[in-house]
Amino acid sequence: MTDKLRPDFAAAIADIPDGATIAFAGFGMPGTPFNLIAALVEQGARNLTLIANTTGGAQQPRMPDIGMLVERGRVRKVICAFTAATRASDVLPFTKHYEAGEVAAELVPQGTLAERLRAAGAGIPAFYTPTAVGTELAEGRERRFFNGREYLLEHALAVDYAFLRARRADAFGNLQFHRSQRNFNPVMAMAARIAIAEIEEPILPPGTIDPDAVHTPGIFIHRLVQIPPPPLGLWPQKRQERAPR
Amino acid sequence: MSDPTPGFTRQQMAERIAARFEDGWIVNLGVGMPTLCSNVDIAPRRVIYHSENGVIGYGPIAPAGEEDLDLVNAGGQNVTLLAGAAVVHHADSFAIIRGGRIDVTVMGAYEVSAGGDFANWKIGRAKGGGIGGAMDLAACAKRVFLVMEHATRSGAPRLVGRCALPVTARKVVSLVATNLGVFAPVGEGFRIHELAPGVPREVAAAATGAKLLD
Repeated sequence: MTDKLRPDFAAAIADIPDGATIAFAGFGMPGTPFNLIAALVEQGARNLTLIANTTGGAQQPRMPDIGMLVERGRVRKVICAFTAATRASDVLPFTKHYEAGEVAAELVPQGTLAERLRAAGAGIPAFYTPTAVGTELAEGRERRFFNGREYLLEHALAVDYAFLRARRADAFGNLQFHRSQRNFNPVMAMAARIAIAEIEEPILPPGTIDPDAVHTPGIFIHRLVQIPPPPLGLWPQKRQERAPR
Repeated sequence: MSDPTPGFTRQQMAERIAARFEDGWIVNLGVGMPTLCSNVDIAPRRVIYHSENGVIGYGPIAPAGEEDLDLVNAGGQNVTLLAGAAVVHHADSFAIIRGGRIDVTVMGAYEVSAGGDFANWKIGRAKGGGIGGAMDLAACAKRVFLVMEHATRSGAPRLVGRCALPVTARKVVSLVATNLGVFAPVGEGFRIHELAPGVPREVAAAATGAKLLD
């Protein structure tokens, strides 16, 4: 068996070429691969296509996010469920670059995004969904009626690499997530040619995780990196609440 | 946050919405004002709160110092879990939504039309938008309730004949709680369910961009 353990984050992502398509797990702080993102900022690959729930930068304190790659001019396109802040009065770091035309963006409803990734991992090239029917997003899209209801065609979204974060792993790459850390992690693992996971607890010998309790099986996981304790490793921070409007 | 002007406070708007929750419903609360619904005591009825990031059965916000930083609701707040809670991944969470298991989704909105269309993901001048899970929820939940201000800060109506902003979904909204009252879009206008204390009908009518019906 190939050894999946990598000595550090830089080693785990060293081969990522210019033009790669990369998916980043995480919803808010939980399950976000902060350490792998920080390593990619240093690594230098360019012309990237990045998939994540948001472009980042909406929460304080700011942790590594894909917006940092956009700000460095390294991104061709993002595919996200948010390309603007949830509060209209907020401006994301991404926005300036998007409005200047420096980066392209595809805005995708969150459930459609998750299902497109899942479909890619499940060998399903496309599917129909009722989400976004009658909206601007439906323009120019294939429509079809089933049982009298209208649906839109959506295509699977396969990626070259997925960046993941999990509470626990064994050396085979079997993963367990804690609470809402799971979010996009399992479907992005499935959608990727190479899935790279940063792991919080000491990586366990194979056979230590009960097979019934594995959330993502190791066959989807190719590389593992142990997260060092802070300040060397990056860990979720308590969010700073903003004053109410 | 006390409101000196007549009408409902934000919390009272959330109370009007939560009063409609039926025992056993699976409820999805959007970011912002809708999260106030989970503060409302609706006993003896019980509902299960679902969050789009895969948390089923969450409870109140965690007390300071007791947060689990890996447990958030849709708004990124550190919540707690109630007995019987479960966590699933994103595709399963949206299978729950798309599969029609959500009894009601409560959202904020910029505009709602008399025909039940609503807009909450993009403002006119913006290039980007924030859809999140709103389009999935709006298209697939059994009911869509809105909690929103009745008018913009400059006084323009948010309850209108037709939405000017890009819509999130069409013909889905069944109830709207605003600072001026509770209304139902019924096609030819908005039917008044309740006016907030101190709000005369003509004030509500003047602030509404479509016909008000009794």
